[in-house]
Formats: sequence, structure tokens, C-alpha cells
Amino acid sequence: MLNSLSISETEETGRVSERFRRIRFRDIIRGVPWIPVTILVIFLVCGLFGSFITPHDPLKTDLRAVKKPPFFQQAGDMKYLLGTDAIGRDILSRIITGAGVSLQVGFAVVVFAGALGALVALLSAYLGGWVDTILMRITDMFLSMPYLIILIALAAVLGPSKNNVILIMAVLGWAGYARVLRSEVLRIKNADFIKLAIVARAGKARIMFQHIFPNIINTLVVLATLQLGNVIIMESSLSFLGLGVPPPEPAWGSMVADGRIIMNTAWWVSTWPGIAIMLVVLSSNLLGDWLRLRLDPKFRQL
Amino acid sequence: MINYILRRLIQAAICLFGISIIVFLLSHLSGDPALLMAPPEAKPEDIQALRVVLGLDKPLYVQFWMFISKAVQGDFGQSIRWGKPCLELWLMRFPNTLLLGGAAMAFTFVVGIPTGILSAVKAGRWFDNFGKAFALAGQSMPVFWVGLMLMLLFAVALGWLPTSGMGTWQHLLMPAFTLGWYFTAAITRMSRSAMLDVLDSEYIKMARIKGLPEYVVILKHGFRNAMIPIVTLAALNIVTLLNGTVITETVFNWPGIGLLIVNSIFARDYPMVQTCVLIASALFIFTNLIVDVLYAYIDPRIKYQ
Amino acid sequence: MISNDNILVVQDLKTYFYTSRGVVKAVDGVSFELKKGETLGLVGESGCGKSITCFSIIRLVPPPAGHIVGGKVLLHGEDLLIKSEKEMTRIRGSRITMILQDPMMSLNPLFTIGEQIAEPIRYHQKLGKLEVWEKVKEMLRLVHIPSPEVRMGEYPHQMSGGMRQRISGAMTLSCQPEILIADEPTTALDVTIQAQFLSLLKEIQQKVNLSMIVVTHDFGIVARICDRVAVMYAGKIVESAETRELFNNPAHPYTVALLNSLPKMEEKVDKLYSIEGQPPELHALPPGCSFAPRCPQVKEICLRDFPSQKEITLDHYASCWLHG
Repeated sequence: MLNSLSISETEETGRVSERFRRIRFRDIIRGVPWIPVTILVIFLVCGLFGSFITPHDPLKTDLRAVKKPPFFQQAGDMKYLLGTDAIGRDILSRIITGAGVSLQVGFAVVVFAGALGALVALLSAYLGGWVDTILMRITDMFLSMPYLIILIALAAVLGPSKNNVILIMAVLGWAGYARVLRSEVLRIKNADFIKLAIVARAGKARIMFQHIFPNIINTLVVLATLQLGNVIIMESSLSFLGLGVPPPEPAWGSMVADGRIIMNTAWWVSTWPGIAIMLVVLSSNLLGDWLRLRLDPKFRQL
Repeated sequence: MINYILRRLIQAAICLFGISIIVFLLSHLSGDPALLMAPPEAKPEDIQALRVVLGLDKPLYVQFWMFISKAVQGDFGQSIRWGKPCLELWLMRFPNTLLLGGAAMAFTFVVGIPTGILSAVKAGRWFDNFGKAFALAGQSMPVFWVGLMLMLLFAVALGWLPTSGMGTWQHLLMPAFTLGWYFTAAITRMSRSAMLDVLDSEYIKMARIKGLPEYVVILKHGFRNAMIPIVTLAALNIVTLLNGTVITETVFNWPGIGLLIVNSIFARDYPMVQTCVLIASALFIFTNLIVDVLYAYIDPRIKYQ
Repeated sequence: MISNDNILVVQDLKTYFYTSRGVVKAVDGVSFELKKGETLGLVGESGCGKSITCFSIIRLVPPPAGHIVGGKVLLHGEDLLIKSEKEMTRIRGSRITMILQDPMMSLNPLFTIGEQIAEPIRYHQKLGKLEVWEKVKEMLRLVHIPSPEVRMGEYPHQMSGGMRQRISGAMTLSCQPEILIADEPTTALDVTIQAQFLSLLKEIQQKVNLSMIVVTHDFGIVARICDRVAVMYAGKIVESAETRELFNNPAHPYTVALLNSLPKMEEKVDKLYSIEGQPPELHALPPGCSFAPRCPQVKEICLRDFPSQKEITLDHYASCWLHG
């Protein structure tokens, strides 16, 4: 009976490390949420090439064109599409330039905090023992701080500047990444391909950075995208309070603050920058959600 | 259970200690505190005298010890701006924030959790899509902007509500809504996600197999199991409420500790700032602790770890 | 004691899943009968549709993708597929019940065992509070759980795997159902516990004259406790017969192959035998017999037409062109 039927040819294991799916570009492109991506790209372009696109100089004041409403209202002007503020600066130009500020700060913070968080996670989870305990205690400590309050306090103490904002937010923000990535690393640590690497006498650093790290990049990217929105909101909150990016550089948060005093007569000055913030944050949140579904459907607990 | 509580208490104390170090160093970060706190026309001898009074001539660790030991007794120093003991000022303002926070939380739980759970139960249908959109939009708007837009609509345009200050329930409405907005959106998402996960599990299938009516399956088995992650995440995120009070109170001029912090910062009133930050951190840490203990009570598995 | 009455008759049951990849015909025209007191085994590889068949019988096919699109499920002659949801809720747990594969996941970690066993009793039977708890204790004794009064107040995580599965049994049998469907009941248990559990099932069956459907991929279990077996492949039943008859005279090549994959202790082989190829994608089934691509005895007609069921010998049915 054994002879009349052949032996199985199924060999589906292949390279063990491929158990953790490598994402191919073709896979990613399928089902991309185009609207958020387009919005983000538009703002990115504004941020990078703002100086070429703005219809007016964002810093130039024109006291003859003070508090002009947006073009669709009665006293409005096509020259100043979204209106002008209390000292005659064009709102649209300032929003375009402000995109650069927000995105610069956003990306910088997310990259630094993410890198730092990943490093802590790798060291903590892989080395274990007292390294893990100490690093986790420190992480817990950072996570148990009232973020915005300490942010404000530090920003006030160090003085408002773009670099200070980036620095403080990175220093306070890495803990979130560390905690999530640590569980990822713990999960991967026990995988077969890591055991194989150990048997092959690979050094600890090599295992951490060459083997484990590529497998947590997915999570890191998802976290970073989701955090981008938060960072932009925090930065704009700081700028709103006057502790963030200082004038004359146009920051969306400070633009909203400028408009607050003249809200009775010029509603548009506060409104447009807020809409810009909302669009960017919403788009990055949607993108982050989609990435999370794409890269790991079991992720819903984040 | 007692063991667990003790462990968490020790953890909390260590956390707080670490934070107090940072807080203590705050005023030393931007240079000589005496210089910062002295009035601009002070002479060098006066500044030196101030240094001695503040204990700044002593080594750092001695200063820190003084700081800690005084803080534990409730002495946080004097507010430079208002000339009164910091703690007293803080206690005066705290009830206002409590009121605001309470109103915001009520709004959040009453609106957020049911919306999220209903979204999960009716996954894929119109209510779900509406819920998801609401939650997403809510989390994408900065709190200060939400507040200002509300003000624009209800106070400036419609004139129904006052723009700022505290007093009547009308004063409470917009700030509470603003403060609760972000948190509500977050809770809706969390509730939905937690409920979906629970509804996927085997014991829910089993409950249906046993022939239990659907409402029992959802409310008894689904809801209670979902509440654990919801409550945990919700409580852990109460800090966003605390963070939010700073902005909300500033926007609406609500006389609570959020506004106090901001005013103190701009007045360079470091003792007050230190007080506020330290107490806020302590509040947060101990809220977490209480949450963890409650969690252990609801979920019997934790106790045995 | 197997009577001659059919307690459950499934006729041409079809359950399809509508997915973005196409229509998955998970259950595609399944028919079988279950006699009172009988144990029917439902065997096949993973994904062949055995579990979905069971869920379809009690109408717990997961929405929104899954739909029962055709057929009849007759319980004592009444068609379950046309009953209202309210009526089905009453039938589930009290007349037909099921135990699932993973005992840890089947029990709600937040409620005591006593509570979870008491639930169906409360909803299906009008008993007083004390009577309910007495019943719970009685059920625990039935499944050989010692000190039921103590165990009643404990939580699932405090029990071992074997005990949990027995508690699952207690939970589902508390209302004296007529039919028990067991979906891979021993797969998640240790080998040593498996035999114990199977004996328990048999014992209960004899005590209360239960009819059982046991879903499994393990022929060992079939040999131990099943009176009849039905072999499923790609959503259809390809062969069914009395257990002994199937083992001695397997008719369908798939059954033959399955039986060949069982390693025999007496024979020494160099390589373990397994069936060539993969089970088909259920949303893109080839025309004709679904097993044809992997069948060593395939003929041309197999690729074109699906063979209808024929009676080969007494009470032994197969769907294969080799047999007419």
C-alpha cells in the first residue's frame, strides 16, 4: 500500500526567519488610504518648499491690510485668500510656512524618541536581569509624569526655542516606545532564529541590532506614525502658551493664540491654523491606523 | 492582596522620589535661582543674603534633603508672586479643578463608553462608522482649539454662554466639554476595541452555545470582561485630563491649578511651579495605584501573581 | 444503546462565507443522520468544514461573512433552520449543546465555575436557587470532579486542563440535552488525560442516553468511541460507514490515504507517509471531485463531474467514481 502512493513534497518552512513576514512594497501599496496620504504629502511639500509657494512673505506686515476676512466674506480679497491677522500678515502664507515648523518638530521628536525608546527596549528586554529592572523603573518613572505639565515647566525654564522643544519632547517621550517595544523584543527573543544565531556564536550586540531590531521596525513605524499627531498637538499647545517656537517664526499654535484676543472681530485668525493642525493630525492618525492593520492585524490593543 | 498593595506602594514611592529629584533641579536648570527670584534692582549683597536664606550656599544634596523633608511635612515654601505659602494657594484652587475634572469625566464615561461598546456590538453598521469618525476627529483636534471654537460658536456668535471665569453652571459647560472631548474620543476607541476583542473570544461563543439570551451574553460576559481593559486604559489616561486642565483653564480663565501653573511659570515663581508639578505627579502616581488595586479586585487572576 | 430512530437528520446543508477573495463554500451539501444514542465521528483535515458544519447545526455561524444558504437540519423532524432566533436560543444548551476545543478559553476567567455551570440551568429550567446549586454539584459529580462544594467557588485558572474540559462538559450537559457535539474535545489535552476524558464521555453517554457528534482529525479517537464515521473533504462528506467497516474496507482514496498516514507500531518505515499536495482553496474549488488533484487513482471523469453518493455495501456510502 505504501508503494502506490508517493511521499509528500510539502516543504513550506523555508528560512526560519521568514516566519516574521517581510513586507513587500506591492503588499503595502494595496489599499493605501489615499486621502490622508495626499493631505500629508501636501503639507510636507508646504513644509519643504514653503518659501517658494507662499503668495506673500509670512513675516511681512502690512498695516493697511489689517484684519482682512477670508476671500468668501464681504470685505474679503482674493489677494489674501484666508484673510490677514492683526498686523496685516497673510494667514495662508503663515500656515504654509508653519507646516514646516510643525513637521520639523514632529519628525525630529518622533525619530529621536523612537530611537531612544528602541535602544532602551532592546537593552532591557534582551539583556534582562538588573539592566531590565533598572531601565524599566526609569521607564515607569517617565511614564508616570504628567507629560504636559513637566513639558511646560521645562520649556519655561529653558526658554522658548524650536530646538528646546524638540529636545524636551524627545527626552520625555521615549518611555512610551520603550514599553511597547520591550514586549515585542521579549516575544521575539524566544524565536527559533534567535536561538540559531546564539548557537552560531553571534555576539549580543549583533543579535540585538542585526536580528531583533529589523523585526521591531514594523511596530516602531506604526507607533511613530501614531505619535506624530500627538507631538504636533503638544508642540502647538506649547506655542499657544508662548513657550514653544518663538516669534517671528510662524507656528500654528501661536497663530491661534494671536487670534484669540481678536476673536470677536476676526474669527478666521484662530480658526484656519486649527484646521491645519486637525488635518495633519487626522491624516497621520488614519495612516497610522492603516499601517497598524497592515503590518499586524492582531494589533488592536494599542 | 495586601502583599500586592504593599509592593505597588513601594514602587510608587520610588517613582515619586525620582520625579522629585527632577522637580528639585528645575529651578537650578536655568542658572542661579537667587538671581532669578530676586527683584531686578537688588544689590549683590542682597542677592547673597537671599542665597543664604534660601539655603543655596549649602551643597546640592543638603538642599535636596531640605526640600524633601519640608515637602513631606507640607511646607513647599512661599510663593514669590503671591507671598503666601504655596500649599495654601494650591489647596485654594484645587477644588475648582476638581469640579471641572469631575464634570469632564462624567461627560466622558456617560458618552464615551456606551458609544464605544455599542460600536463594537454593531460592528460594521452605520453606528459604528459614525462612532469611529467621531472618535478619530476628536482625537485629532488640539484642546485649545476646540475650546476656542466652542467659545466662538456659543459665546461670540450665539451669545448663549459666557466666555470665561467660573460661577454658574453655564460657565462650567464649555470648559467641561472641552476638557472631556479628547478623553471621550480616546475612550470610545478603547471601548470599541476592547469589546471587539472580548466578543471574539471562546467564552462568548460558549455563552451563546449554552443558550443564554443575547443581552446576557453581551452585558454579563462581554461587558464585564471588556471593562477590565477599558477601566485600566481609562484610568491610565486620566493624566490626559490633568494635562488638559492646563490648556482648558488657560483658554477659559478657569481659576484652577492648571491656570495656576501657567501663571506661576510666567511669573518665574519657582516654588509655586515646583509645588504644582510635584503634587500633580503624586496625584497621578497614586491614582494609578488605586486603579491597579481595583483592577486586581475585578480580575481575580492578578491577585495570585 | 442505539435505537433505530434518527434524532438528527442533516440534509444538503450549505454554509458559505462571502469574503473579499470570493465565496468560500465551507460546507457544500453535507447530509448525514444521527441515531439516538449513537456516536458519529466527523473526520477530516483542518479546514475541511467539520467545525462549521457543527456551528451551522446550532446556527452560530459568525456574521457578517457567514451564511447558511441551504439545506435542512431536522431535530425530531423539526427544521432548525427555519426557527426564529428566540426559539433557537431555547434549543441551544437544552436540547443540543457543544463543547469546544480549548477548555481554558471556553471558560470566562472572571466568573466562578459554579456560576458558569448554573447559568444554563437558570435560563432553561425553572428551579429555585438552592435546587440550582444542588444541580451544579450533581453535574460536577457526574464529571468526576472531587469536592464539588469547594470547586464551585473556584475560578477557571485554578484548575488543570483536564478538569477544565470536564467542567465544560458539566456546563453544557446540565440541562440534559439530547445531542452533544464535541469539537476536537481532546486536542488541547495531554495525551494521558485524553483517554480519561473519552471514557468519561462514553460513561455519560450511557447514563443519559446521549447522542454525540465528535469532530476530530484523530482516527484513534474514532476507533475508541465512534459507532459511525463520516469523512469530510473540502466541505463535502466523501465517505461514511460504521467505524469497523470503514477501517476494514475504506472505499474512497482519501480515506485510504488518511488511514495510511497513521503510523503503525509493527511496521518499520524510513519516511512517514503523508498525502501529496495541499487541501484546495475553498473559494476556488476545481470542477469535479475536489480530491481529484491529489488522488492517486484519478480518472478523467473525476476532473469533470462530482460523483454522487452511492451505497457500496450495507450502510456504507461513498462519493467516488471508482465505485460506480
